Amino acid sequence: MALDKSEVEKIAHLARLHISDAEADEVTNRITDILALIDQMQSVNTEGVEPLAHPLDVVQRLRPDVVTEENQREVLQNLAPATEDGLFLVPRVIE
Amino acid sequence: MIEKTVAELSAALAAGEISSVELTQAYLDRIKQYNQSLNAYITVCEEEAIAQARAADEARAKGENSPLLGIPLAQKDIFCTEGVTTTCGSRMLENFISPYDATVVERLNKAGAVMLGKTNMDEFAMGSSNETSYFGPVRNPWDVKRVPGGSSGGSASAVAADLCAIATGTDTGGSIRQPAAFCGITGFKPSYGRVSRWGMIAFASSLDQAGPIAKSAEDAALMMNVIAGLDEKDSTSIDRPVEDYAASLNDSLDGLRIGIPKQHFAEGLNAEVEQSIRDALAEYEKLGATITEIDLPNNHLSVSAYYVVAPAEASANLSRYDGVRYGYRCDNPADLEDMYKRTRSEGFGDEVKRRIMVGTYALSAGFYDAYYRKAQQIRRLIKQDFNEAFKQVDVIIGPTSPHTAFELGAKTDPVTMYLEDIYTIAVNLAGLPGISIPAAPAGGLPTGLHIVGNDFAEAKVLNVAHQLQRNTDWHKQKPAGLGQEA
Repeated sequence: MALDKSEVEKIAHLARLHISDAEADEVTNRITDILALIDQMQSVNTEGVEPLAHPLDVVQRLRPDVVTEENQREVLQNLAPATEDGLFLVPRVIE
Repeated sequence: MIEKTVAELSAALAAGEISSVELTQAYLDRIKQYNQSLNAYITVCEEEAIAQARAADEARAKGENSPLLGIPLAQKDIFCTEGVTTTCGSRMLENFISPYDATVVERLNKAGAVMLGKTNMDEFAMGSSNETSYFGPVRNPWDVKRVPGGSSGGSASAVAADLCAIATGTDTGGSIRQPAAFCGITGFKPSYGRVSRWGMIAFASSLDQAGPIAKSAEDAALMMNVIAGLDEKDSTSIDRPVEDYAASLNDSLDGLRIGIPKQHFAEGLNAEVEQSIRDALAEYEKLGATITEIDLPNNHLSVSAYYVVAPAEASANLSRYDGVRYGYRCDNPADLEDMYKRTRSEGFGDEVKRRIMVGTYALSAGFYDAYYRKAQQIRRLIKQDFNEAFKQVDVIIGPTSPHTAFELGAKTDPVTMYLEDIYTIAVNLAGLPGISIPAAPAGGLPTGLHIVGNDFAEAKVLNVAHQLQRNTDWHKQKPAGLGQEA
């Protein structure tokens, strides 16, 4: 199915991506092409076919609900763009 | 020495003909000489490599011996390496230094392998030509105007050009096998869940699988013996005994039943490539195999279904890159939403953004049944096709790619690029093991023979690949013009 520019802008917002006006047409066309490729799926009747989520149809192993991770806050916060007092800093969200 | 296989190098190290430090230095020198033109490595770890080599030599002096002890290898830059940058080919992770090693890295380190560096790749493993890397395209050593394939193009180029003895790769839709085909080497994707994904940066979690990129099937088996097996840290890792993949390499192929999918020898396959594949099949007949045509009637839907499943899973996996905890953050964000959007738009390249958007669309309210569920139903049909085929045959053989390596910039339209993986993608959807090994070159460029086995038939696939390599020398062909040194 063909998408229009406003739909692409809506998807970009859902994905938290910014699409500039200059890119919008190009992005819309490319995604429309990809959806056309995907739509070849619709030619097959899959009624009653059980979806395959895992290639081997197995479910994930469970483990006892115990803490296995050590506290590595300092190591991990060293990777962050901005931290303060052990917290991750982001732009102000509450006025 | 650097052109030798891991098996040969291991013997030379054990016999004391060369030390790991000497060998490592020889590869580092070669990297210095050729990496600028090939762009195969993003990061070279000179000091760390020499230190690891020294430790390997010391261990050997104390009587230790194992196939990878002191062997210099390259890690695809998708595997987290403690203390060494892990970029995943993206600006988003340009300066990311992981606080831990991926399980694959940990196991190879423990086996005494030497890490020469981290290899270039398509950004977040999304691409079939290595042109989507933020760090620039990788070149094919057979012809530097051509792509090495992708997404593990850096590893493939490095192995083919003797910039390492062996390398790791990852394969979500063909990313080990297609570059192996384009670069004239051996690339093995194990069954889904056979090798731990822990510490391997996620693209599409139900498809991603790590494996070796090597100079021979025997070398691939040696690396598999180290990296395969249950990992408690990866909840999709399979709890099933690991075979000794080297032990069955020399099993006879007398009576082997090979299936050739008629869909893989149809329109779109280059005639010279087809001839190379047919020549390889004739060799298998000489070894006692029988060849039967098989039908994979839903194969033509694999690319469509894949481009729902993979982008959908990618859109979820890549939501973690938000500029808060690690990775790139944009300058001077106006507010939180501006930070998320500009961080992601500046940090990701065009192909990654396209796939995130396709996946977001497929998973968005009202479209789930028409896209994701439908794709998973088709995935079931594709798996059933393979199940039927494996009732009649032991392995499935065909071309890895419809053609040889193309020139950089030749495929600018995403859909054309997606069709590159037409023969490999169904194998990921079905979770099967598959290998690409060199067949006879076509027009002076390498071709790939694709061998696919049933669930967990790793040993059989490697055995079938090795037997061709014992009886032909296609895998020993080297790119001309790079200069072979002792």
